[in-house]
Amino acid sequence: MTVHPSPAALRALRVEAPPGFVDAVMDRVGLHESDRFVTVRGPAGDLFVAFNDSGISAVMPAALFDDDPKKFALHHRRETGRPAAPAARPPTGLAAALRSGRGTGLRYDLSGLTPFERAVLGKTLEIPSGEVRPYGWVAREIGRPRAVRAVGSALGRNPVPVLIPCHRVVRSDGHIGNYGLGVPMKKTLLHAEGVDIDRLERLADAGVRFLGSDTTGVFCVPSCVHATRIRPAHEVHFRTAAAAVSAGYRPCRHCTPVAERHAS
Amino acid sequence: MVALRSDTAVLDGLADDLDAGFGAFVRAHSGPVYSTALRLSGSRAEADDLAQETFVRAYRSLRRFDAPRMRALESRPWLLTITLNLWRNRLRHAARRPREARDAPGAEGADPRPGPEAAAEESETSRALVRLLGELPEHHRVPVVLRHVVGLSYAEIASTLGCPEGTAKANVARGLRRLRELTGAAPHPVSRRIVHAKEAP
Repeated sequence: MTVHPSPAALRALRVEAPPGFVDAVMDRVGLHESDRFVTVRGPAGDLFVAFNDSGISAVMPAALFDDDPKKFALHHRRETGRPAAPAARPPTGLAAALRSGRGTGLRYDLSGLTPFERAVLGKTLEIPSGEVRPYGWVAREIGRPRAVRAVGSALGRNPVPVLIPCHRVVRSDGHIGNYGLGVPMKKTLLHAEGVDIDRLERLADAGVRFLGSDTTGVFCVPSCVHATRIRPAHEVHFRTAAAAVSAGYRPCRHCTPVAERHAS
Repeated sequence: MVALRSDTAVLDGLADDLDAGFGAFVRAHSGPVYSTALRLSGSRAEADDLAQETFVRAYRSLRRFDAPRMRALESRPWLLTITLNLWRNRLRHAARRPREARDAPGAEGADPRPGPEAAAEESETSRALVRLLGELPEHHRVPVVLRHVVGLSYAEIASTLGCPEGTAKANVARGLRRLRELTGAAPHPVSRRIVHAKEAP
Protein backbone atom coordinates (compact mmCIF):
# COMPACT_ATOMS: atom_id res chain seq x y z
CA MET A 1 0.00 0.00 0.00
CA THR A 2 1.24 3.46 -0.91
CA VAL A 3 1.39 6.03 1.85
CA HIS A 4 1.81 9.71 1.16
CA PRO A 5 3.48 11.18 4.21
CA SER A 6 1.94 14.59 3.57
CA PRO A 7 1.70 17.14 6.38
CA ALA A 8 -2.08 16.53 6.40
CA ALA A 9 -1.60 12.78 6.88
CA LEU A 10 0.84 13.45 9.71
CA ARG A 11 -1.53 15.95 11.27
CA ALA A 12 -4.14 13.18 11.43
CA LEU A 13 -1.83 11.39 13.88
CA ARG A 14 -2.54 14.11 16.43
CA VAL A 15 -4.72 12.73 19.24
CA GLU A 16 -6.37 13.89 22.44
CA ALA A 17 -5.23 12.45 25.74
CA PRO A 18 -7.48 9.54 26.77
CA PRO A 19 -10.47 10.20 29.05
CA GLY A 20 -9.49 10.34 32.69
CA PHE A 21 -5.98 11.48 31.85
CA VAL A 22 -6.23 14.80 33.74
CA ASP A 23 -7.75 13.06 36.77
CA ALA A 24 -4.96 10.47 36.77
CA VAL A 25 -2.31 13.20 36.74
CA MET A 26 -4.06 15.21 39.45
CA ASP A 27 -4.30 12.08 41.60
CA ARG A 28 -0.60 11.36 41.16
CA VAL A 29 0.45 14.83 42.26
CA GLY A 30 -1.97 14.70 45.18
CA LEU A 31 -4.35 17.36 43.87
CA HIS A 32 -7.83 15.99 43.65
CA GLU A 33 -9.78 18.47 41.61
CA SER A 34 -11.68 20.47 44.13
CA ASP A 35 -12.83 23.97 44.83
CA ARG A 36 -10.69 26.04 47.13
CA PHE A 37 -11.87 28.62 49.59
CA VAL A 38 -10.74 31.55 51.64
CA THR A 39 -12.15 33.49 54.56
CA VAL A 40 -12.38 37.19 53.83
CA ARG A 41 -13.75 40.25 55.58
CA GLY A 42 -17.04 41.21 53.95
CA PRO A 43 -19.22 44.31 54.34
CA ALA A 44 -21.32 42.49 56.98
CA GLY A 45 -18.95 40.09 58.71
CA ASP A 46 -16.57 37.40 57.50
CA LEU A 47 -17.37 35.40 54.38
CA PHE A 48 -16.30 32.00 53.09
CA VAL A 49 -15.60 32.38 49.37
CA ALA A 50 -15.08 29.20 47.30
CA PHE A 51 -13.67 29.20 43.78
CA ASN A 52 -12.23 26.98 41.05
CA ASP A 53 -10.80 27.29 37.54
CA SER A 54 -13.99 28.77 36.16
CA GLY A 55 -14.46 31.37 38.84
CA ILE A 56 -16.07 32.01 42.21
CA SER A 57 -18.50 29.21 42.99
CA ALA A 58 -19.90 30.01 46.43
CA VAL A 59 -20.15 32.82 48.98
CA MET A 60 -21.47 32.24 52.49
CA PRO A 61 -21.42 34.28 55.71
CA ALA A 62 -18.97 32.57 58.06
CA ALA A 63 -21.37 33.18 60.95
CA LEU A 64 -23.79 30.63 59.44
CA PHE A 65 -21.14 27.97 60.08
CA ASP A 66 -20.00 29.24 63.49
CA ASP A 67 -16.89 30.52 61.65
CA ASP A 68 -15.85 26.90 61.23
CA PRO A 69 -14.17 26.25 57.83
CA LYS A 70 -14.77 22.49 58.19
CA LYS A 71 -18.52 23.00 58.47
CA PHE A 72 -18.45 25.21 55.38
CA ALA A 73 -16.43 22.62 53.41
CA LEU A 74 -18.97 19.96 54.34
CA HIS A 75 -21.86 22.16 53.27
CA HIS A 76 -20.09 23.05 50.00
CA ARG A 77 -19.54 19.41 49.19
CA ARG A 78 -23.22 18.66 49.79
CA GLU A 79 -24.30 21.59 47.60
CA THR A 80 -21.87 21.21 44.69
CA GLY A 81 -20.60 17.64 44.94
CA ARG A 82 -17.06 19.03 45.06
CA PRO A 83 -14.77 19.10 48.06
CA ALA A 84 -13.42 22.48 49.11
CA ALA A 85 -9.89 22.87 50.41
CA PRO A 86 -8.45 25.99 52.04
CA ALA A 87 -6.57 28.18 49.55
CA ALA A 88 -3.36 30.04 50.18
CA ARG A 89 -4.61 33.22 48.55
CA PRO A 90 -7.99 34.66 47.54
CA PRO A 91 -8.77 34.92 43.81
CA THR A 92 -7.45 38.05 42.12
CA GLY A 93 -9.75 41.04 42.50
CA LEU A 94 -11.86 39.64 45.34
CA ALA A 95 -10.75 42.14 47.98
CA ALA A 96 -11.22 45.07 45.59
CA ALA A 97 -14.69 43.85 44.61
CA LEU A 98 -15.76 43.59 48.25
CA ARG A 99 -14.35 47.02 49.03
CA SER A 100 -16.02 48.76 46.07
CA GLY A 101 -19.22 46.71 45.99
CA ARG A 102 -18.59 46.11 42.29
CA GLY A 103 -18.41 42.42 41.44
CA THR A 104 -18.38 42.92 37.67
CA GLY A 105 -14.64 42.31 37.29
CA LEU A 106 -14.70 38.81 38.80
CA ARG A 107 -15.38 35.49 37.10
CA TYR A 108 -18.12 33.25 38.48
CA ASP A 109 -18.76 29.54 38.18
CA LEU A 110 -22.52 29.48 37.60
CA SER A 111 -22.39 26.15 35.78
CA GLY A 112 -25.07 24.56 37.98
CA LEU A 113 -27.67 27.17 37.04
CA THR A 114 -30.20 27.45 34.22
CA PRO A 115 -29.72 30.04 31.44
CA PHE A 116 -32.61 32.05 32.93
CA GLU A 117 -30.97 32.06 36.38
CA ARG A 118 -27.67 33.09 34.83
CA ALA A 119 -29.40 35.96 32.95
CA VAL A 120 -31.04 37.17 36.18
CA LEU A 121 -27.72 37.11 38.05
CA GLY A 122 -25.89 38.76 35.15
CA LYS A 123 -28.33 41.66 35.16
CA THR A 124 -28.27 41.91 38.97
CA LEU A 125 -24.49 42.22 38.82
CA GLU A 126 -24.97 45.56 37.02
CA ILE A 127 -26.88 47.24 39.87
CA PRO A 128 -24.49 49.80 41.36
CA SER A 129 -23.51 49.77 45.00
CA GLY A 130 -25.82 51.95 47.12
CA GLU A 131 -28.80 51.57 44.79
CA VAL A 132 -31.69 49.11 44.55
CA ARG A 133 -33.95 47.93 41.69
CA PRO A 134 -37.30 46.15 41.80
CA TYR A 135 -37.69 42.48 40.80
CA GLY A 136 -39.82 43.72 37.91
CA TRP A 137 -36.92 45.81 36.62
CA VAL A 138 -34.66 42.74 36.41
CA ALA A 139 -37.44 40.77 34.68
CA ARG A 140 -37.99 43.54 32.16
CA GLU A 141 -34.30 44.13 31.50
CA ILE A 142 -33.63 40.48 30.63
CA GLY A 143 -36.60 40.51 28.25
CA ARG A 144 -38.95 38.44 30.47
CA PRO A 145 -41.22 41.17 31.89
CA ARG A 146 -43.82 38.70 33.18
CA ALA A 147 -41.33 36.47 34.98
CA VAL A 148 -41.18 38.63 38.12
CA ARG A 149 -41.78 35.74 40.53
CA ALA A 150 -39.25 33.57 38.70
CA VAL A 151 -36.70 36.37 39.12
CA GLY A 152 -37.31 36.21 42.87
CA SER A 153 -36.77 32.44 42.94
CA ALA A 154 -33.63 32.73 40.78
CA LEU A 155 -32.18 35.33 43.15
CA GLY A 156 -33.01 33.03 46.06
CA ARG A 157 -30.74 30.43 44.47
CA ASN A 158 -27.84 32.86 43.96
CA PRO A 159 -24.77 30.81 44.95
CA VAL A 160 -22.58 33.91 45.21
CA PRO A 161 -24.54 36.49 47.27
CA VAL A 162 -22.89 39.77 48.27
CA LEU A 163 -20.64 39.60 45.17
CA ILE A 164 -23.61 39.24 42.83
CA PRO A 165 -25.71 41.73 44.76
CA CYS A 166 -29.13 40.12 44.97
CA HIS A 167 -29.58 42.17 48.15
CA ARG A 168 -29.99 45.18 45.80
CA VAL A 169 -33.20 43.77 44.34
CA VAL A 170 -36.34 44.84 46.20
CA ARG A 171 -40.09 44.50 45.92
CA SER A 172 -41.76 46.37 43.10
CA ASP A 173 -43.73 48.49 45.60
CA GLY A 174 -40.42 49.76 46.95
CA HIS A 175 -40.36 47.72 50.17
CA ILE A 176 -37.11 45.94 50.99
CA GLY A 177 -38.58 42.45 50.51
CA ASN A 178 -37.10 39.06 51.31
CA TYR A 179 -33.57 37.75 51.24
CA GLY A 180 -32.09 34.28 51.14
CA LEU A 181 -29.75 35.06 54.02
CA GLY A 182 -32.49 36.80 56.03
CA VAL A 183 -33.94 40.30 55.95
CA PRO A 184 -31.64 41.63 58.73
CA MET A 185 -28.62 40.67 56.59
CA LYS A 186 -30.16 42.40 53.57
CA LYS A 187 -30.63 45.57 55.59
CA THR A 188 -27.10 45.39 57.00
CA LEU A 189 -25.61 44.99 53.51
CA LEU A 190 -27.68 47.86 52.07
CA HIS A 191 -26.95 50.09 55.05
CA ALA A 192 -23.23 49.34 54.73
CA GLU A 193 -23.25 50.71 51.20
CA GLY A 194 -25.11 53.87 52.13
CA VAL A 195 -28.72 53.06 51.25
CA ASP A 196 -31.17 55.04 53.40
CA ILE A 197 -33.52 52.15 54.11
CA ASP A 198 -35.87 54.10 56.40
CA ARG A 199 -36.43 56.69 53.71
CA LEU A 200 -37.07 54.01 51.06
CA GLU A 201 -39.57 52.29 53.36
CA ARG A 202 -41.30 55.62 54.12
CA LEU A 203 -41.66 56.38 50.40
CA ALA A 204 -42.92 52.84 49.77
CA ASP A 205 -45.49 53.20 52.60
CA ALA A 206 -46.70 56.44 51.00
CA GLY A 207 -47.04 54.67 47.65
CA VAL A 208 -44.27 56.76 46.07
CA ARG A 209 -42.28 54.73 43.57
CA PHE A 210 -40.55 57.39 41.53
CA LEU A 211 -38.88 60.70 42.29
CA GLY A 212 -38.61 63.53 39.77
CA SER A 213 -36.66 66.75 39.73
CA ASP A 214 -38.58 69.80 38.56
CA THR A 215 -35.33 71.46 37.50
CA THR A 216 -34.07 68.66 35.22
CA GLY A 217 -37.43 67.13 34.29
CA VAL A 218 -36.01 63.65 34.88
CA PHE A 219 -37.56 60.93 37.07
CA CYS A 220 -35.77 58.04 38.81
CA VAL A 221 -36.27 55.12 41.18
CA PRO A 222 -35.83 56.53 44.72
CA SER A 223 -32.40 54.97 45.36
CA CYS A 224 -30.86 56.14 42.07
CA VAL A 225 -27.71 58.15 42.61
CA HIS A 226 -29.34 60.99 40.64
CA ALA A 227 -32.50 60.92 42.78
CA THR A 228 -30.44 61.29 45.96
CA ARG A 229 -29.05 64.56 44.54
CA ILE A 230 -32.48 66.18 44.12
CA ARG A 231 -32.90 69.00 46.65
CA PRO A 232 -36.07 68.64 48.79
CA ALA A 233 -37.56 71.82 47.33
CA HIS A 234 -37.37 70.40 43.81
CA GLU A 235 -38.37 66.79 44.58
CA VAL A 236 -41.61 65.63 42.90
CA HIS A 237 -43.26 62.34 43.91
CA PHE A 238 -44.93 59.93 41.49
CA ARG A 239 -46.93 56.77 42.19
CA THR A 240 -46.55 55.43 38.65
CA ALA A 241 -44.16 55.89 35.76
CA ALA A 242 -47.11 56.79 33.54
CA ALA A 243 -47.94 59.71 35.83
CA ALA A 244 -44.35 60.95 35.59
CA VAL A 245 -44.34 60.65 31.81
CA SER A 246 -47.67 62.39 31.41
CA ALA A 247 -46.37 65.19 33.65
CA GLY A 248 -43.66 65.71 31.02
CA TYR A 249 -40.80 63.98 32.86
CA ARG A 250 -38.30 61.78 31.05
CA PRO A 251 -37.00 58.52 32.59
CA CYS A 252 -33.45 58.60 33.93
CA ARG A 253 -30.92 56.86 31.71
CA HIS A 254 -28.95 55.56 34.69
CA CYS A 255 -31.67 53.74 36.63
CA THR A 256 -34.01 53.16 33.62
CA PRO A 257 -37.29 53.28 35.63
CA VAL A 258 -39.30 52.28 32.54
CA ALA A 259 -38.54 50.26 29.41
CA GLU A 260 -36.57 51.99 26.64
CA ARG A 261 -39.51 52.11 24.23
CA HIS A 262 -41.52 54.28 26.65
CA ALA A 263 -38.69 56.74 26.83
CA SER A 264 -39.32 58.47 23.51
CA MET B 1 -18.67 28.43 30.69
CA VAL B 2 -15.08 29.14 29.70
CA ALA B 3 -14.07 26.45 27.25
CA LEU B 4 -10.54 27.37 26.32
CA ARG B 5 -8.21 29.77 27.98
CA SER B 6 -5.21 31.43 26.41
CA ASP B 7 -1.78 30.26 27.43
CA THR B 8 -1.24 33.53 29.28
CA ALA B 9 -4.39 32.99 31.35
CA VAL B 10 -3.32 29.43 32.16
CA LEU B 11 0.14 30.61 33.26
CA ASP B 12 -1.39 33.46 35.29
CA GLY B 13 -3.48 30.80 37.03
CA LEU B 14 -0.34 28.82 37.86
CA ALA B 15 1.49 31.88 39.11
CA ASP B 16 -1.48 32.93 41.27
CA ASP B 17 -1.88 29.55 42.91
CA LEU B 18 -0.05 26.52 41.55
CA ASP B 19 -2.40 23.96 43.09
CA ALA B 20 -5.51 25.75 41.90
CA GLY B 21 -4.19 26.43 38.39
CA PHE B 22 -2.46 23.13 37.66
CA GLY B 23 -5.62 21.36 36.42
CA ALA B 24 -6.12 23.96 33.69
CA PHE B 25 -2.44 23.67 32.76
CA VAL B 26 -2.70 19.87 32.36
CA ARG B 27 -5.93 20.21 30.35
CA ALA B 28 -4.39 22.82 28.05
CA HIS B 29 -1.36 20.70 27.17
CA SER B 30 -2.45 17.09 27.59
CA GLY B 31 -3.15 16.71 23.83
CA PRO B 32 0.29 17.79 22.54
CA VAL B 33 2.15 15.92 25.28
CA TYR B 34 0.14 12.73 24.81
CA SER B 35 0.41 12.93 20.98
CA THR B 36 4.17 13.31 21.20
CA ALA B 37 4.47 10.44 23.66
CA LEU B 38 2.26 8.21 21.51
CA ARG B 39 4.00 8.91 18.22
CA LEU B 40 7.45 8.46 19.70
CA SER B 41 6.77 5.37 21.78
CA GLY B 42 4.24 3.80 19.44
CA SER B 43 2.15 2.29 22.22
CA ARG B 44 -0.86 3.75 24.01
CA ALA B 45 0.05 2.23 27.35
CA GLU B 46 3.55 3.63 27.20
CA ALA B 47 2.26 6.99 25.95
CA ASP B 48 -0.17 7.24 28.86
CA ASP B 49 2.65 6.51 31.25
CA LEU B 50 5.11 8.93 29.59
CA ALA B 51 2.59 11.74 29.38
CA GLN B 52 1.44 11.32 32.99
CA GLU B 53 5.02 11.19 34.19
CA THR B 54 5.75 14.38 32.19
CA PHE B 55 3.11 16.31 34.13
CA VAL B 56 4.13 14.80 37.46
CA ARG B 57 7.73 15.96 36.89
CA ALA B 58 6.46 19.32 35.65
CA TYR B 59 4.45 19.78 38.84
CA ARG B 60 7.47 18.99 41.02
CA SER B 61 9.58 21.52 39.11
CA LEU B 62 6.87 24.16 39.20
CA ARG B 63 6.77 23.95 42.99
CA ARG B 64 10.27 25.42 42.97
CA PHE B 65 9.47 28.17 40.43
CA ASP B 66 8.55 31.68 41.53
CA ALA B 67 5.63 33.54 39.94
CA PRO B 68 7.62 35.54 37.31
CA ARG B 69 9.32 32.35 36.13
CA MET B 70 5.95 30.62 35.76
CA ARG B 71 4.53 33.52 33.79
CA ALA B 72 7.54 33.48 31.45
CA LEU B 73 7.24 29.74 30.82
CA GLU B 74 7.22 28.48 27.22
CA SER B 75 4.80 25.74 28.15
CA ARG B 76 4.96 23.38 25.19
CA PRO B 77 8.74 23.31 24.63
CA TRP B 78 9.30 23.02 28.37
CA LEU B 79 6.89 20.11 28.77
CA LEU B 80 8.02 18.32 25.61
CA THR B 81 11.66 18.55 26.69
CA ILE B 82 10.62 16.60 29.78
CA THR B 83 8.73 14.06 27.63
CA LEU B 84 11.73 13.60 25.31
CA ASN B 85 14.15 13.11 28.18
CA LEU B 86 11.87 10.55 29.81
CA TRP B 87 11.46 8.71 26.52
CA ARG B 88 15.21 8.66 25.77
CA ASN B 89 15.97 7.39 29.26
CA ARG B 90 13.48 4.57 28.85
CA LEU B 91 14.92 3.62 25.47
CA ARG B 92 18.35 3.45 27.02
CA HIS B 93 17.17 1.31 29.92
CA ALA B 94 14.98 -0.93 27.81
CA ALA B 95 17.49 -1.37 24.99
CA ARG B 96 17.36 -5.13 25.39
CA ARG B 97 13.59 -5.30 25.19
CA PRO B 98 12.21 -6.82 21.98
CA ARG B 99 10.79 -4.35 19.50
CA GLU B 100 7.61 -6.20 18.51
CA ALA B 101 5.62 -4.55 21.24
CA ARG B 102 6.16 -1.17 19.64
CA ASP B 103 5.40 -2.25 16.09
CA ALA B 104 2.45 -4.47 16.83
CA PRO B 105 -0.31 -3.51 14.39
CA GLY B 106 -2.93 -3.83 17.10
CA ALA B 107 -1.24 -1.16 19.16
CA GLU B 108 -3.09 1.55 17.25
CA GLY B 109 -6.71 1.93 18.30
CA ALA B 110 -9.11 3.29 15.68
CA ASP B 111 -9.32 7.06 15.68
CA PRO B 112 -12.94 8.11 16.21
CA ARG B 113 -12.81 11.09 13.88
CA PRO B 114 -14.76 11.58 10.57
CA GLY B 115 -17.43 9.23 9.18
CA PRO B 116 -17.02 5.46 9.63
CA GLU B 117 -15.71 4.96 6.07
CA ALA B 118 -13.24 7.81 6.18
CA ALA B 119 -12.18 6.75 9.66
CA ALA B 120 -11.41 3.21 8.54
CA GLU B 121 -9.38 4.52 5.62
CA GLU B 122 -7.66 7.13 7.73
CA SER B 123 -6.68 4.70 10.42
CA GLU B 124 -5.19 2.36 7.81
CA THR B 125 -3.14 5.20 6.34
CA SER B 126 -2.27 6.30 9.83
CA ARG B 127 -1.12 2.84 10.86
CA ALA B 128 1.14 2.67 7.82
CA LEU B 129 2.47 6.14 8.57
CA VAL B 130 3.13 5.23 12.19
CA ARG B 131 5.16 2.22 11.03
CA LEU B 132 7.18 4.47 8.72
CA LEU B 133 7.77 7.00 11.46
CA GLY B 134 9.18 4.18 13.58
CA GLU B 135 11.79 3.54 10.92
CA LEU B 136 13.12 7.08 10.99
CA PRO B 137 16.22 7.67 13.07
CA GLU B 138 15.47 9.58 16.26
CA HIS B 139 17.06 12.84 15.08
CA HIS B 140 14.59 12.91 12.18
CA ARG B 141 11.59 11.35 13.82
CA VAL B 142 11.43 13.77 16.74
CA PRO B 143 11.45 16.98 14.67
CA VAL B 144 8.88 15.57 12.21
CA VAL B 145 6.56 14.56 15.05
CA LEU B 146 6.93 17.92 16.81
CA ARG B 147 6.35 19.90 13.61
CA HIS B 148 3.75 17.93 11.69
CA VAL B 149 1.94 15.82 14.26
CA VAL B 150 1.95 18.18 17.23
CA GLY B 151 2.07 21.41 15.20
CA LEU B 152 4.87 23.22 17.00
CA SER B 153 6.47 26.28 15.40
CA TYR B 154 10.11 26.00 14.34
CA ALA B 155 11.04 28.34 17.19
CA GLU B 156 9.32 25.99 19.66
CA ILE B 157 11.03 22.95 18.12
CA ALA B 158 14.41 24.67 18.37
CA SER B 159 13.68 25.48 21.99
CA THR B 160 12.56 21.90 22.73
CA LEU B 161 15.60 20.34 21.10
CA GLY B 162 18.06 22.99 22.21
CA CYS B 163 19.28 23.66 18.68
CA PRO B 164 19.24 26.66 16.32
CA GLU B 165 15.98 27.27 14.46
CA GLY B 166 17.72 26.60 11.11
CA THR B 167 18.79 23.16 12.29
CA ALA B 168 15.26 22.38 13.45
CA LYS B 169 13.90 23.41 10.05
CA ALA B 170 16.50 21.37 8.18
CA ASN B 171 15.87 18.25 10.26
CA VAL B 172 12.12 18.48 9.78
CA ALA B 173 12.65 18.77 6.01
CA ARG B 174 15.16 15.92 5.96
CA GLY B 175 12.90 13.75 8.07
CA LEU B 176 9.96 14.37 5.79
CA ARG B 177 12.10 13.60 2.72
CA ARG B 178 13.37 10.42 4.32
CA LEU B 179 9.78 9.44 5.12
CA ARG B 180 8.86 9.83 1.46
CA GLU B 181 11.86 7.82 0.33
CA LEU B 182 10.74 5.06 2.68
CA THR B 183 7.38 4.85 0.92
CA GLY B 184 9.31 3.72 -2.17
CA ALA B 185 7.91 6.18 -4.66
CA ALA B 186 10.73 8.61 -5.24
CA PRO B 187 9.57 12.02 -6.56
CA HIS B 188 6.09 12.81 -5.25
CA PRO B 189 3.39 15.10 -6.52
CA VAL B 190 3.71 16.89 -3.18
CA SER B 191 7.44 17.53 -3.74
CA ARG B 192 6.84 21.27 -3.99
CA ARG B 193 6.41 21.31 -0.24
CA ILE B 194 9.83 19.72 0.17
CA VAL B 195 11.46 22.41 -1.96
CA HIS B 196 9.68 25.01 0.11
CA ALA B 197 10.90 23.56 3.39
CA LYS B 198 14.41 22.66 2.24
CA GLU B 199 17.36 24.65 3.45
CA ALA B 200 20.36 25.62 1.34
CA PRO B 201 22.98 22.88 1.67
